[in-house]
Amino acid sequence: MITRRQKRLLSFSAVILIFGAAVATMLYALNQNIDLFYTPSEIIEGKEGHTPAVGQRLRIGGMVVPGSVVRDENSLAVRFDLVDTGPKVTVVYEGLLPDLFREGQGIVATGRLEGSNVIVAEEVLAKHDEEYMPAELAEKMKGIKHVNPNATSAGY
Amino acid sequence: MWKWLHPYAKTEEAYKLSQTLLPWFGISALIALVAGFAWGLLFAPADYQQGDSFRIIYIHVPSALMSMGAYSAMAIAAFIGLVWQIRPAFMTMIAIAPVGAVVTFVALFTGAAWGKPMWGTWWVWDARLTSELILLFLYLGVIALYKSFDDKQQAGKAAGVMAIVGVVNLPIIHFSVEWWNTLHQGATISKFAKPSIATEMLWPLLISLFGMAMYIGYVTLLRLQNEIIRREAHRPWVIALMREDKE
Repeated sequence: MITRRQKRLLSFSAVILIFGAAVATMLYALNQNIDLFYTPSEIIEGKEGHTPAVGQRLRIGGMVVPGSVVRDENSLAVRFDLVDTGPKVTVVYEGLLPDLFREGQGIVATGRLEGSNVIVAEEVLAKHDEEYMPAELAEKMKGIKHVNPNATSAGY
Repeated sequence: MWKWLHPYAKTEEAYKLSQTLLPWFGISALIALVAGFAWGLLFAPADYQQGDSFRIIYIHVPSALMSMGAYSAMAIAAFIGLVWQIRPAFMTMIAIAPVGAVVTFVALFTGAAWGKPMWGTWWVWDARLTSELILLFLYLGVIALYKSFDDKQQAGKAAGVMAIVGVVNLPIIHFSVEWWNTLHQGATISKFAKPSIATEMLWPLLISLFGMAMYIGYVTLLRLQNEIIRREAHRPWVIALMREDKE
């Protein structure tokens, strides 16, 4: 014999389960579209079997290749290479760069693919990792010299 | 088994219990928040990448984690209210909702203020940021739905269903940084592995986190007491209480 309370318990638990399953399947289906996100090697070698077409809008995330940053002297235009594990992709951008933009730093750029390995970016965002530590410790552990983030932003 | 809980199904007992708990929550919130914020903002070392800007973590992370904690508490209260139809449960639910909404707003706001200098943008439609924004809308939806009914028992049921359905958003927020490529970095402390933050930076963070939880509990208890008094104003025990208070 099921009491009214048990019935309510069952029906509400069922609603939660069904709704959760619905959202989970929806997210799974969306998974392929939610991020038009590529790494440099995915742009050149293809992601899940297809390479992005020239002219396509996309987001690219990778590490700024040390020594590849070239700034224009008369404007805010800048050009740099991004890399993950494979080939490099060049990003061309005109605008303000975030404080954390540095050589060797992971960044995300949104833009249009102009050639097989050149992206004209409209927005450049710096991504940082989840690690926080004091400068002395970083130097000891990773050999990273402390860089004052404000030093790179002297222009604004 | 549940016998010791039963008295608190009565509003009078719930009121008395919150009266007893209130000073404990208040005092520990005050001590922990002052200690945690002062330690974090003034004495903890600067980050090797972000310098002093990272200190906003001592407000951002406690409010972001607690926005989810408060939502789970609200959903549990709603579930108890719906299944066992205990009167103080819906009152607790609606007592938490605005507190949670404010904390969520603080998390979003401090996140934006942190994102502008570090990432280069106030806002991106990143999975973590978007799902946290949806959490704010869920809180506001629960409040709005509750206010739109004159019959408060009916209001509790409707808002309760919404609060419970919204629970699916919590794992989405938590795992968004793993499931998708987000601009937001991964979890620093809310994971099973060792926290990826230096010890002298971690302690003030944990203390602020505890303080934030206690503060939310404190404000919730105050709001719960107000809600009980407002709803039961005609009951003899409330009238007696008010007389007692005056003398």
